[in-house]
Amino acid sequence: MQINIILAGVGGQGILTIAAVIDHASLQSGLTVRQAEVHGMSQRGGAVQSHLRISDKEIFSDLIAEGTANLILSVEPLEALRYLPFLAPDGRIVTATDSFINMEGYPTMEQILDELRQTNHPVLVKAAELARDAGSIRTSNMVMLGAAAPFIGIAAETLEASIEKLFQAKGADIIAMNIRAFRKGEALSQLQATAT
Amino acid sequence: MKQLLLGAEAIALGALDGGISGVYAYPGTPSTEITEYIQKNKDDRAQPVRSTWSANEKTAYEAALGMSYCGKRSLVCMKHVGLNVAADAFINSAITGVNGGLVVAVADDPSMHSSQNEQDSRVYGKFAMIPVVEPASQQELYDAARYAFDLSESLKLPVLLRLTTRLAHSRAGVERASTRPQNPLNAPYAPERFVLMPHNARRQYNNLLGMQPQLEELAEQSWLNRLIPGTGSTGVLAFGIAFNYVMEVRQAYALDCSVLKIGHYPLPRKKIEAFFNSCDTILVAEEGYPVYEELLRGYFGNTHIQGRLDGTLPRAGELNTDSVALALGLTKKEIMPIPGIVVNRPPELCKGCGHRDLYEALNTVMSAHAQHHVFSDIGCYTLGALAPYNAIHTCVDMGASITMAKGAADAGLRPAVAVIGDSTFTHSGMTGLLDAINDRSPLTIIIADNDTTAMTGGQNSSANGSRLLEICRGLGVEEVHLRTIIPLKSHLAENIAVLSEEIAWEGVSVVIAQRECIETAARKKRNPAAKA
Repeated sequence: MQINIILAGVGGQGILTIAAVIDHASLQSGLTVRQAEVHGMSQRGGAVQSHLRISDKEIFSDLIAEGTANLILSVEPLEALRYLPFLAPDGRIVTATDSFINMEGYPTMEQILDELRQTNHPVLVKAAELARDAGSIRTSNMVMLGAAAPFIGIAAETLEASIEKLFQAKGADIIAMNIRAFRKGEALSQLQATAT
Repeated sequence: MKQLLLGAEAIALGALDGGISGVYAYPGTPSTEITEYIQKNKDDRAQPVRSTWSANEKTAYEAALGMSYCGKRSLVCMKHVGLNVAADAFINSAITGVNGGLVVAVADDPSMHSSQNEQDSRVYGKFAMIPVVEPASQQELYDAARYAFDLSESLKLPVLLRLTTRLAHSRAGVERASTRPQNPLNAPYAPERFVLMPHNARRQYNNLLGMQPQLEELAEQSWLNRLIPGTGSTGVLAFGIAFNYVMEVRQAYALDCSVLKIGHYPLPRKKIEAFFNSCDTILVAEEGYPVYEELLRGYFGNTHIQGRLDGTLPRAGELNTDSVALALGLTKKEIMPIPGIVVNRPPELCKGCGHRDLYEALNTVMSAHAQHHVFSDIGCYTLGALAPYNAIHTCVDMGASITMAKGAADAGLRPAVAVIGDSTFTHSGMTGLLDAINDRSPLTIIIADNDTTAMTGGQNSSANGSRLLEICRGLGVEEVHLRTIIPLKSHLAENIAVLSEEIAWEGVSVVIAQRECIETAARKKRNPAAKA
């Protein structure tokens, strides 16, 4: 088993928290993990990405080769498209549809959705809305993790246990809210999968 | 269970378990997390480990050498360009040698993700003629940190541990070994080694030259240099992290080429010779400059060698699985292109950042002048070079804003304006200010004091607030031309007035723009105990 995931977003959107949950859950499942991330200048409102690789064998490269990502998990729709060269022919995009516009020339949502729909059964998530339903917009990243959960190769219960572990210091309410967000994302993803 | 660690953190843990008594460093991407890890993980320590930030890489290196002089193990960390700042101490510490183990961990940044150049620190290792280790994985980093300290202490030489961005900022599970206690204080008098007057320096240098065969022999035996046997006429000589990409290609394409992994220098001559004799063609894969490719190729060129110099691999930038696959003659897969609608998203100053208000005021003032050059420096405020501000026109090296503006003022440029951050000012701006005062150069220095080293993630800076004012006074800035402003929208008119007055004055003036970084302010609000 080997899963290559590109996590994408804008600096400050919390993709490293998503990565931390998957990393923890992978180690708990006895798998090998490598996860490359971006620190420094580009973190300031720029495009950020993380290469996350999980395997039951030894992993050599910290970076994912072009055309071999099983999943692009993005918290911003335009950012999902930025990493298309990495997507495997049968790979899938799971992305939030809430756009983050802080530059010139941002395309229309219709243009972005057109491009996304040309990929293999994309899962499109109104993450902010579901996060608000769960209790706070700040849980958007956990909504997205939930939406991606069916494609990560790790049991949802294991991911939930890792969310609990990582948010431990923040108290039971915060944990419960993030688990709610995770489940909302997961339910939507299952629904979209049945529909297609 | 294995611990999940960034490569940078694996070095820190390896050094801690290897019995260091102190770490010395100035923040710099991608090296910052080594020191941060040591600062944050204080719980499981029998003895305290000294870890606050140094003013710059040179002071850090010298303090680490002083600790080693006293028999204790010390780690000093920096980014590649930081080694330029520490180079004087670094090169000369190879001549004096060390007592307690001294390891200098240098993180290079090929592809310049967060840097001005992609210089290769292995060149510095050769230059100083000391052992260099270059691990390829997080586990190797952990093990090599410990190994480098043992090596340094037994050879009485500093050891350079080189890594690059991808390894520094990538996480993997790391297995921990046993811990070793710190060394006792033991400071022998050895002026014949440590007083580098010519008669001592010549002898010490000869000793260093005499040790070179021993260093090469150690590399021959090193666990960091090993052969992965294979078949076929092409072999790959893979240095540092390049090994990972070669092995990835080997696995993904079911190749069986032999690979000689190099992670310990100077080069193991016998191993390399045997490898060269076993293959017709050698691909040399180095993450960084083609340092050893050039050496192995020779001046007139060995046509059996491929690499960055003949275009088999790209001449610049970091390697990856794709570039190595191409170099090994594998055809490129069909991939989906990036859609045309995807525009760049460059980094920007945070919404609400005080630098925004500073640049708004400064741009207004400078627009009244025919010459509106602003010399700047390295930090978050460098983002003022981009739209919408386009407010600064230089960024070269730490501290260069003040000294370049001084040179420009000396050349006759009016006005001459420098923008520098609080941390960069204490790193290497203060001496330039002294030059300007001694020369009475007509120059306005704006210190953007956000109370932190923001670009690298909010580390404490060496001086800010009232201490910056005291430093400027002490260096000789006249009281009436030492001003403070608060970069807020509501102060815009006042800030424009202060900047206009000081820029118009024909002498050295310093305007300190004081407003805390919004990121660190928010962090303190969330966790009041965080900043002690």
